[in-house]
Amino acid sequence: MQQIFNFILKNSNRLLFLLLLVISLLLTIQSHSYHKSKIISSANFFTGGIYERVNNINEYFSLKSQNEELALENARLKSLLFNQKDTTKVAQLDTIKGVKKTDIIVSKVIHNSYSVHENYLTINSGEADGVRPDMGVINSAGIVGIVDKTSKNYATVISILNINSKINAKIKKSNHFGSLVWNGKSTGFVQLIDVPRLAGVRKGDTIVTGGQSIIFPENIGIGTIDKVYIDNVTNYYTLDIKLFNDMTNLGHVYIIKNKDAEEISNLEKQNKNDE
Amino acid sequence: MNNASLGNIARFVLLLAAQVLIFNRIDLFGFINPFPYVLFIILYPVNGNKMGLMAASFFLGLLMDMFCNSGGVHAAACLVLAYYRPAIFKFSFGLSYEYQTVKLNDTLTPERFSFILIAVVLHHFVLFVLEVFKISFLWDILVRTVLSTLFTIITCIIIIYIIKPSKR
Repeated sequence: MQQIFNFILKNSNRLLFLLLLVISLLLTIQSHSYHKSKIISSANFFTGGIYERVNNINEYFSLKSQNEELALENARLKSLLFNQKDTTKVAQLDTIKGVKKTDIIVSKVIHNSYSVHENYLTINSGEADGVRPDMGVINSAGIVGIVDKTSKNYATVISILNINSKINAKIKKSNHFGSLVWNGKSTGFVQLIDVPRLAGVRKGDTIVTGGQSIIFPENIGIGTIDKVYIDNVTNYYTLDIKLFNDMTNLGHVYIIKNKDAEEISNLEKQNKNDE
Repeated sequence: MNNASLGNIARFVLLLAAQVLIFNRIDLFGFINPFPYVLFIILYPVNGNKMGLMAASFFLGLLMDMFCNSGGVHAAACLVLAYYRPAIFKFSFGLSYEYQTVKLNDTLTPERFSFILIAVVLHHFVLFVLEVFKISFLWDILVRTVLSTLFTIITCIIIIYIIKPSKR
């Protein structure tokens, strides 16, 4: 017994080092898997609060461009409203193109990262506003990401500039589906992989979200095709897509609440249980 | 609460705040950020409590991880640097470093520069290896390590000169 105590006392430095190293490595490994630990994220009370305070000041520097963006979107929505064929029908609130059976929460990005391989945003609405994990996040130009962790007043969002994100998308013209991923290189471009060779792809074609996921509604803009090449291994097309969004400059975002999401995922879970 | 530990706490808070509020937002060329918060570990008193240093650097890294959404990457890098700090001291200042009064925040000599360089390279290499976590991005890891190291060292030296206690 004495010897054990002596050993611990003599090597206390090394033992503390190993203990803390194991903890930090565990946290690291956890963070690289899709579902990470809840404590070490910027959605908690302390870090979220600090980011919100700083953002309150920073906001003033981009007021003009934000206003222009909102005015442009207002104009677009107005034109949709005025050009409706049947004027007796009152327009619904959610006239953003393609949005159905959904509710929209307006939120603001208070922290944005785009310099590492796994980028996350922090937004200033959380469970109290009805934000739940796995909801889609868009802005007026196109998609932004998917909600990852939520706390009472804040939430983190997996940006589309994250090498772990994978989103169902399609070519607008020909309806061929593929998966949207990011290769970690440029903040202006993402990749659409696994596009069948049958699909007719041309530079400049528009890419939109596909209807196969319950996270995003169909036909939300993503970007345009910039480069086309063929993957040597899988023999499918890989497309470089220039994003509509400037991911380095995000302000107001919309969170899409799909009212059917729970029903659909319950149904799918039931199917899995039956097998 | 003596003078030295008060100074340590002040450095901890101020460097963390400066890192999160200022240096994390620089994003030079889109991906290079300096990490001058490692100065806390570099400037910790030479003869100070080693276990205290390790615990403090672990929590410093963990707080950074909370702000950066990066799991335990910064915590691991800071911890490795804190553990190997005596070895780097020995390499840079010679065997008897503990008996000399090594003062780091003073004019730059080759010994001091080599100490800061090795410490920063070690920290950044561990940081980027864990952050990228894929061997296929090895080239990317090296590029990021070298460029960020340059940038961090320049910021560190500037900060050391700014906070240098004035001579009597």
